[in-house]
Order: sequence, then structure tokens, then C-alpha cells
Amino acid sequence: MIMVARNLADPIIVSDPANQGMHMATTLTINGETKSFDAPPDMPLLWVLRDILGMTGTKFGCGIAQCGACTVHVDGKAVRSCVLPVSAVANRAVTTIEHVGSTPSGAKVQKAWLDAEVIQCGYCQSGQIMSAAALLAATPNPDDADIDAAMAGNICRCGTYVRIREAIKLAATGRQS
Amino acid sequence: MNRTMRILASLVAIGIVAVVSAIFIIRGPGPLDFAGGTKVALADYRAGKPAGVPAGLEKASLVERGEYLAKAADCMVCHTKPGEKDYAGGLAFKLPFGTLYSTNITPDKDTGIGNYSDQDFLNAVQRGKRHDGARLYPAMPYTSYTYMSDEDVLAVKAYLFSLPAVRATAPDNTLSFPFNQRWAMIFWSAVFNPDTRFAPDTSKSPDWNRGAYLAEALAHCGECHTPRNLGFALDNRKKFGGAITAGWRAFNISSDKATGLGSWSDADLISYLSLGHAPGHGSASGPMGEAVDHSFSQFAPEDIRSIVAYLRSVPPVSSPDLPATTAPVAPASHKDGVTADARGKKVFASACASCHGWSGESPVSPMATLTGTWAVNDPAATNVAQIVISGTKRHTPDGALSMPAFGNAYTDDEIAAVANYVTARFGTKGSKLTAKDVAELREQTAE
Amino acid sequence: MNAPDNVSRRALLTGGLATGLLLAFHLPLRADPNEPVQKDVTDGKFAPNAFIRIDATGRTVLMMPQVEMGQGVYTSISMILAEELDADWDKVEVQHAPPNDKFYANPVFGLQATGGSTSIRAWWMPLRKAGATARAMLIQAAASQWGVDAASCTASKGEVAHAASGRKLGYGELALAAQSQTPPKDVAIKDPKNFVLIGQPLKRLDTPDKVNGKALYGIDAILPDMKIAVIANCPVFGGKVGKVDDSAATKIAGVRKVVVLDDAVAVIGDHMWAAKKGLDAVKIEWNEGPNAKISTKDIWQDLRAASEKDGAVAKSTGDIAKALASGDKFEAAYEMPFLAHASMEPVNATVRVTKDSCEIWTGTQIMTRVQSEAAKAAGVAVDKVIVNQHLLGGGFGRKLEPDMVVAAVRIAKQVDYPVKVIWTREEDIQHDVYRPVYRDQITASLVDGKVAAWKYKVAGSAVIARWLPPAFQKGIDIDAIDAAVDAPYDFANFHVEYVRVEPPAVPTGFWRGVGPNNNVFAIECAMDELARKAGKDPVEFRRSMLTKNPRALAVLNLVAEKSGWGQPLPPRVGRGVCLQPSFASFLATVVEAEIDDSGEIALRRVTSVVDTGIAVNPDTVKAQIEGGLVFGLTAALYGEITIDNGRVQQSNFHDYRMMRINETPKIEVTVVKSGESPGGIGEAGVNAGPPALRNAIYAATGVVLRRLPIDRKLLAVGKKA
Ligand code: FES
Ligand code: FES
Repeated sequence: MIMVARNLADPIIVSDPANQGMHMATTLTINGETKSFDAPPDMPLLWVLRDILGMTGTKFGCGIAQCGACTVHVDGKAVRSCVLPVSAVANRAVTTIEHVGSTPSGAKVQKAWLDAEVIQCGYCQSGQIMSAAALLAATPNPDDADIDAAMAGNICRCGTYVRIREAIKLAATGRQS
Repeated sequence: MNRTMRILASLVAIGIVAVVSAIFIIRGPGPLDFAGGTKVALADYRAGKPAGVPAGLEKASLVERGEYLAKAADCMVCHTKPGEKDYAGGLAFKLPFGTLYSTNITPDKDTGIGNYSDQDFLNAVQRGKRHDGARLYPAMPYTSYTYMSDEDVLAVKAYLFSLPAVRATAPDNTLSFPFNQRWAMIFWSAVFNPDTRFAPDTSKSPDWNRGAYLAEALAHCGECHTPRNLGFALDNRKKFGGAITAGWRAFNISSDKATGLGSWSDADLISYLSLGHAPGHGSASGPMGEAVDHSFSQFAPEDIRSIVAYLRSVPPVSSPDLPATTAPVAPASHKDGVTADARGKKVFASACASCHGWSGESPVSPMATLTGTWAVNDPAATNVAQIVISGTKRHTPDGALSMPAFGNAYTDDEIAAVANYVTARFGTKGSKLTAKDVAELREQTAE
Repeated sequence: MNAPDNVSRRALLTGGLATGLLLAFHLPLRADPNEPVQKDVTDGKFAPNAFIRIDATGRTVLMMPQVEMGQGVYTSISMILAEELDADWDKVEVQHAPPNDKFYANPVFGLQATGGSTSIRAWWMPLRKAGATARAMLIQAAASQWGVDAASCTASKGEVAHAASGRKLGYGELALAAQSQTPPKDVAIKDPKNFVLIGQPLKRLDTPDKVNGKALYGIDAILPDMKIAVIANCPVFGGKVGKVDDSAATKIAGVRKVVVLDDAVAVIGDHMWAAKKGLDAVKIEWNEGPNAKISTKDIWQDLRAASEKDGAVAKSTGDIAKALASGDKFEAAYEMPFLAHASMEPVNATVRVTKDSCEIWTGTQIMTRVQSEAAKAAGVAVDKVIVNQHLLGGGFGRKLEPDMVVAAVRIAKQVDYPVKVIWTREEDIQHDVYRPVYRDQITASLVDGKVAAWKYKVAGSAVIARWLPPAFQKGIDIDAIDAAVDAPYDFANFHVEYVRVEPPAVPTGFWRGVGPNNNVFAIECAMDELARKAGKDPVEFRRSMLTKNPRALAVLNLVAEKSGWGQPLPPRVGRGVCLQPSFASFLATVVEAEIDDSGEIALRRVTSVVDTGIAVNPDTVKAQIEGGLVFGLTAALYGEITIDNGRVQQSNFHDYRMMRINETPKIEVTVVKSGESPGGIGEAGVNAGPPALRNAIYAATGVVLRRLPIDRKLLAVGKKA
């Protein structure tokens, strides 16, 4: 499907070094690659991903850890990047939606999401998929209580919850519940 | 004089004697009486400089010195309504018998303190007496500020007068009878305000004396951390033993090992006072969070150390309702550990787990870690419920850190349930809050 | 008073308005090269109309006149086009159509707008004809190449075949030749019996890119040299900026500029964080203006008073006054709060303004209005405004407004680089265009256990009057009374009135479910109360009055069966039903809920049966009902925007609550087979949740709730409403 293509070659916003002030050079491992950039230490990882690294798969929904749209993995665990200062993730492995398909649980979740046709607008789904992939990595056969505990922090305004539950079970067992 | 009158008169006489002795008993010791050493007048103390500003500011202008002292006395928090102009007043204090509003202390002539002479200002700060002679309610901690030196009080005045004048009239207080009778405060003051300046103790170190001055005269720690007596004044028999203020629990900061600060390291205390957070002990929020943001975090490091030195000397008072040790980290899985209170768990999963984690160790910030905090180990869950209701917003060197206020969208039942779940999962003993308790906590919360 | 004709959205849809507002839909035969059709390159392609582009390789690009905001419309529209085109589904690609009312106006509105669950209803026939026309031209091209009769050729899966000779040509090979064919005058469309795509639960076209972060929403636009801005609108409705002190903000690293508009302040930064911190550091004094004292408390008082007045009559049959005078009388008023949309993607727009042009990247439900309003704000000609449409991270009606684009244009005008203006969630919630407060009064009388008279008065803001002024006629907001005039029951004496009451200063707009939200709630709550008064079971009571409405009766019967209606339940557990014919779909829903002693509500099960006519994609229909139910139930449980001192008091998801997965019950949706024309589906589920839940609570507790959101305090044991 053709959508509006991003009409530029290099998606990274290059900040003007003259205006960097007290920014610091930060190095992160994101999706297995080492990235260096300038960012203030208190800048939440979400904005580093979206506005400095041009990785827009991770979404902004609330900024106060109440919706889950910004969920990424830090050392394999689901974390809300909107409240996570970038200084807190130096030397830790960050995985985002762009790369989660290369993890076994991420790939299973993505497939199940399409098989169960979970997605509507899709805006919350990066976060839903990241939360679900972290859940499956830790709990390969989650029951409803596990799903509630892992997924209740992710809001879906389109109301896809019924299918999310179904897709997680599908991903875990390979069959529809 | 007829018979009835005679009886009445004698009853009055007996009453007065009873009241006077009761007052004496109620009033109890002064805030520094525990130290027991020899006191000298400030002017006669040569070993150090307990009053005034830290060495770095000695040469600063009067206004700058006043600014430091105003911050140390934390004037702004009470005299500013959130979202409104600094020092323009209007902040509501909800008391059991009505609501008080703080006054405008900008130099506006009509609505502020622009017409105050030096003596007027001293009277207000040290004696609780307004420019027009009316009495201030002790929500204004003048029984602590009374220990400030005249020079320091007037430096604060100079600072306040350097600020822009703001026209703002606070709403009228809504106190019920008899508390709306300001004149009655004359008697309260006469009994409970010592109206004396700080007198250094020669048996103690200069550091201790500086800490005592800062903690007692300026930072007015006791106003929240010392329980109150029947007369609504501080009961220094249980100095710093902890109390409930404005619906929040101010914990025990005496030197008690189990339930006070006795087992905290100096580094913990310094960190807590200057950053509002000590690893393993939790984070300041509510009124203490404000005190750190607006006051302690601005203190010179040597002043923080002096306060620590002073705190260490306060005799231990135990809080029998607190556990001797705090609970360890909870299990990582929601399934292990406490499983009771399904509704509390549901709310926790929805609104809390993202930041605080199922283990109580926050995946996003050490400041949001619950493990080890007094709040979750308090079986009354006062502060847990309170922070859920009103949230917190802290400014730290790492940026702003906040928790939203859930009180407007979650029911009393839900808040009670989540507080009970949190104290059971992350503390030593689960609380038993009911919706009614939460409703009462909401009532007590100041703006 | 004269009873005017029955005005409803359906009337609007089928008959059009007498005002000439609706453009008679005509299918553009060729994409007119003089029209500014952006990014729609037709050179060297077969472009028989504005919707279909086939190039020499057979690549089939379909232009989407409606926008994708989660409702699956890109897939459904493509299915309709591809069905009649007999395209190879695997080769179909879709593209956002550019703004162009002439080609892409939604036939219902005469505007390129997506809303009101109109997309499939409005485009069903036009798109089928567009596909069929293209197919006919491709067949003609093949037939003339082969020198055979077109009637002897068939098309399927992107190929034209001549069975007699066994020859075949792909659409790609025919594209050029087809371009010069004359389009047939009266093209034949398929008999639904022969549909191969329509009616199949095909996989959505937009979802593969939504599982890996590739899909681009408006908020994801990135341009060279772009900066990011955060906006603070005056917290009081209609207030203005007074004094601004930006000295602290401009010192923050990464802050580029503080833009002061008359009613808002924005900070532009290298990234969102700089902009956000910058905005926090700006000291703004607002001139709050005349609305600084408005409150929902006062608004409700005014609405209640105004709703007692006589309204404009929207429909009247029988003799309502006489009928109300006899029988057992019933009276009730139902009240619905202000609501915010809170789509997951907060409001945003990216704009680059130059001296004589303006380019916009956003996801909007109203392309051409965005274009014309941006032109005004930028001070350039309309044809110099380019709108690059993106996917929407939810729309729900919020993006039927152009305000966020206008604000972004005003900000971008101040600088010479592109700016992405993002509203924080707090701004998004506090500066929404709100679903208005409504007060719906129903007066009825019962004779022999049936409703003999039904008088229904709706009072609330007229969104239509602002949004589509020509459609506001005779003082009636056709949206606010849409489902009121279409009540499915046999009401012999039937009367509907509308009283326009505008809340001071609060902007009001469409919200998913639109007018039927308040109508369906009031009607279905009243029906339950009347059933109890008549001593009848709620389903039985409804059944007895559906003699003229077989589709409604059928879904009601089926939902009763599937939900186990009538089977015993534990104490404080109840079932509630809702039946509605809104958006030309018939939906019956049963909610089963448990209310604990403290008043807490647990949803146990939701069962819905829908007859939407031909379900273009039945899986999408199911998904829309499921999602709509959650959306509506969320509002019933938690949704309320309140105002005090001129300010909205809610700000983010901690105080504007959303239903979450751990509150979501089992939801079972059945789509019944039907040969009727397709109905609307994106909003029907939203309407169903609140009354069905309320009726379940009524059944479980006996408490009569007449106000949303549900006040759980009233449900605690020992409390009476
Ligand atoms: S944006 Fe991070 S949780 Fe909502
Ligand atoms: S799919 Fe739209 S918010 Fe979840």
C-alpha cells in the first residue's frame, strides 16, 4: 500500500551545534546499533527516538506514562519512553517497534496481530505490540490475568482490546482461543 | 454579692487556676529545651554565626541575603496560589473548622504589605500581630519565626519589598465560630508564643547551633513533624515524632533507630534534603516535596550539613505504628506476592504499574521506586492515598518529575483499594482504608 | 405549528437538501488536467476517473476519497472499486486523494469530509459505477484489439479474456489503449450474487505497515530543517494573550523562537523536549475575557431551563396532545455531558509557509476545508495550498475541524522553515471541540401495555448550524434529532421537537456516534422504564411494537437468543438491551453487568447482532462494532468534561479516563447476511453501549439512572438515585 512517503532522504533532524548549550553527547544502543547524538540528559527517550533519530514508530500519546503508546524495550522489558530520561538508558539495550520483529516473541506477536486483524487506526499498536512481545518473552503462555497485568497500561482508543487478547493467545499457542 | 454570684465567682477562680495549670501542662517544653545546655543571647555568642546567611553570601546585598532567608523560611509556598503570582497569597488552608487563605505579601499598598513599617513586619513575623493590630492565625508559623533575629526578619522584608507589587485580595476566611474570633488568638499567643529570639547553646558546636537556628527558626520543621497538643500548639515532649498535617503524614524525624532517622546515613539525609530523594528511603512529595523544591534544595551545602548535625541530636521518639524495618522488593510477577484486593490490583495494573513496576522498583526513575519507602510501609497508608489523590510535581536536577493526581477520576473506593493493595504488596503490612477514610483525606488536603 | 417533513441524515443522504447544497454527484470521466491534482500523476496511465490509475505494468492505484482513521475504509472502498473493476486484489495499492471537492466530495456533505458513518453509504453506487466503467473500457480495448465483440469478453483478476479464442490480456497491457476508449453511458454493475470480493473478510491493506512502525501519521511528518513547536492556547475559552515574558525560555538549549499570537503562545524548538521545556518556562499573563466565569454548573442550569421551552417540530404524526392526555403517563429527562475526543494521536499539523504558498502535512477528516482555511490564514490562494494527507491516529470527529491546521499556519508564518506543531495531550483535551451537552425529554403514555403516544424533545447545541450552515433549516439540527425521528417502534402518535441551546463560549462539534448518541440513549432508557411500568420484559415490550420493522425485529430476536436473554442471573447482575436503527444499520445489543455493593461496575459480556445490509467486509463490520462498543462504554463509565472558571478541568488520561483491557468483557458480534444496501457502521456500536449498560444496571439494581456518565456512588447498596 502506498501511503504518503516521507519526502526526504535523511530522516534525521540535525540540530544546529551552535545552539546546543549544555547538551551532552550521548551514546545508546538502539536496535543493536550504536547511536551517538547530542541531547540534554533529562530528555525523554521518546523524543530522542522521534525527533533526533527520526524513528517515528514509537508514538506519543500522553507523556505521563498513562497510555503506553511510547512503549519500548529496555533490556527486554517494556518501558514507557515518554518518562524515561535518556541518561537512564546509556549502556542498556533499547529495542523499538522498528526492530522488534527480529526478536522471536516480537515476530510472533506481529504475525498474530495481522492474523487476528487487531489493528484499527494503529496509533496505539506500536506500544501494544511492544508490551505484548515483552509479556510473551517473559511468560510464554500467558493467561487472562497475565494479559491484564501486562497490557492494562496500554490504552486503545479504537477499542481493539478483545482482539489484542485473542492475538496474544494466538501468538502464544499458534491457535485461536 | 449574693449567694449565686459568690458561687459563680469561686467557680471562675477555680476555673482560672485549673486553666492556668492545664495550660502549663499542655504547653510543655520549648523546642530547644531538650538540648539542656547554657543559652546565651545571639549577640553574645562568639563561637560561630548561627543566624544570617552562609559565608558565601556574607558580602551580598541586603536583598540577596533576604532572598536566601526567605527561601530558607519557605515563605513562598504558603503565600502563593498555584498558577498565580508569587507571594500574592490566596492559597487555601483547609482546617477542620473552616478554610484560611494566605495573605498577599508583595509590597502592594492596598492589598499587600506595602504600608508595613519595619516594626509592623517584625510584629507580624515574630508575634503574629497584623499591621492593623489584628491577630494572625497560627497557620502562619510565627511561633517558629519568633526565633529569627530582627536582622534576618528585616532582610526578608527588604527582599519582599524588592519584588513587584501585585494587587490581589485573598478570599475571606470561612472559619466557623468560635474560630472566626481573631481576638481570641491574643490568648493563644500569650500562652503558646514564647516571643523570644534564638539563643545559642554554648555546650553545643557552632554547627549544631546553626542547624538549630535553620531548623527551628526558619525551616520550621516542627510545625509539621511535631505532634500538636490540645491547644493546637507543638507538643515538644514528642519533638519531631511525626504528625499528620494537611492530610499528609509528616514522618518521625527524631533520632529513633527503627522509626526515625536514626538508621539513615548522613549521605541519605543530605540527599533527601537537597534532592528530595534518598536511595532506598523514597522521595519527598506533598508538602515535603514542596519544601525541598522551594526551600531545602536552595540551601548552601554547609547549611544542609548543619541541619543534619542538629537532627541527629534530637532525642529518639518512637512511632509504634510503624514497622521496625521496611519490606523488601516485591516479586517481579504480578502473580506472586500479595494477591488480595482484586480491585486494587486492577487499578494498579491500569494506572500505576507502568511507572512503579510490579516489584515496586521503578523501571523509569529511582524516584518512583516504592520499595523501602515509609509511605508504603505505613499501615495507615495516609501518604499513599494522598499522593494518589493529589499527585506530586517535583523539580529535580534531572528535570521535572511528576505523578498525576488521580483523585478526580477515581472513586474513593478505588483509591482505598489501590492504597491497600500497594501497602500490602510493597510494605510490611497492608492498610485497611475504606472509602470513607479516603473521603476524609480529600477533605483535609490543602489546595 | 406545521409538521415539516421528516428530516434526517438518511433523508439527506438519499434525497439531498432542497438548498442545492449537495452537488449532484457526477463521476469525472477523466482527471481534469487543469485541476490541481497533486501527486496524482496520470500520464501514461489508464485514468478513467478520479479513483482508478492503472499503469502499463498493471499496477493498480486506487485514490481514496475518504480518509483512513482506523475504520478500515481504505480496504472497503478498494474492495468496492476492485470488485466492479475485476482488479487483481493482490496488485491493488491505495493512495490518499488530494483535496478536491469536485472529484472527491462526499456526496452527503458536498465536501471532502469523512464522518457520520457515511463513507460506504455515500460512495457505494458511485464507486461501483467507477469500477464498472473502467472495466468496460478495458474490455472494449481488448475486444477492439482482438477484433471481437466486447460482449464475448470477460474480465477477472486484472485480466480480460476471450473464452472462444482463449486469448488473454492483462490490464497493464491494455492500459494505454483503454485510455482512448469512450466510456459507456449506462454502465452495468454486477449482480451482488456475482461478487467475489465484497462480502469476504479480506485482510486490511493498511495494517502490515502498522505492526512495524512504518505507517506514517500526521505526527510522523519529518521535513528537512523542520522544527517542532508546542502550543499553549488561552486556558479560558475565548481569552487572549496579555503579557509574555520569554526571557527564561529563550535561554533553554534547543529553543528557537517564542511565537506570540493573539490567543496562544507557541515555542519552536529543535525537538519536542526543547519546545515543551521552553513553553513551561514562558511566563504568560492571559486576558481571560468575558468567559472567565463560565462553568458547567451554570451551563446545565441554563440548558435545563431552556429545554422546557417549545422547540421546532421535526416530525409529528397522529394527534400527540390528545394521545398524551389518555393512558398511563410517563415523563423523563436524560442528560448527557460534554465529551472530548481524545484520539490516541494528539492533534497536530506540520506546515511550511512561504510568501505565496503553503504546504501542510497532517491527517484530517476534512481535506478541502483544511485547504481553504489554511489559505485564509496563510494569505495565499487556495490553489497554492498543498495538503499532504496522512493516516489518522483516530479521528472520532475531532479532525472534522481545521483549527489545529490554522493554528499551525499562524505559527509557521513567523518563520522560514517548516514547523510541526504538536498539541500535548493536555492541550488536546482542554482545547477540543466538544460533544455538546444534551438534555432529552421524553413524555409518553401507555395504553394496554404499549406506547400510545411518544413526545420527544431534544435540547442542545446545533453543531450543524456552525459546521454546515446550509443544512441548518427551520431551526432544526438534523444531526441532533437524527435517530429521534427514526425511532424503530410503532408509535401511532409521534412527535419530535428540537430546542437549540448554545453553551456560552464552549466550542461544540461532532463526536463519534454523533446525534444518535443522545437519541439512542434517551429512547432506549425510556423504553426500559416504560416496559417496567407496563409490567413487561424489556425485549418482549420492544418486540410488541416492531410490527413494521422486520429488520429491527430480526436483530432483536437474534440478540436475545445469543445473549441468553431471560436466563437466570445471580443477584446484582443484570442484562440490558439496546435496539437502534441508526446510520441505516440495525443493531441490537445486550450488555451483562455486575454491580458490587460499593457501586463498582464489572462488565461481564456484550452481545451484538448487526444487520448493516451488504457487509462489504464483514470482519471490518465486526471490528467497528467491537471498537465502537468500547468507545461508547468508556463514555458511559467515565466520560465527562467539566468546566470551571472558564477552564476545562480534565487534562490527560489520569483524569479523563479510558476503559482498559482489564475492564473489557467478552464481546461477541454477529453480522447477519443481508442483500440491502450497505449501512453505516463506524459509529453504531458507540450508541449501543451506554443505554444497554444503563439498562443492565437498571435490571440489576433497580436504580433509575438518567444521566451520563454513570455515577457509581448512586449504585452502592443502600443508596437511592
Ligand atoms: S506517551 Fe508514554 S505512556 Fe503515553
Ligand atoms: S488502534 Fe487506534 S488507538 Fe488503538
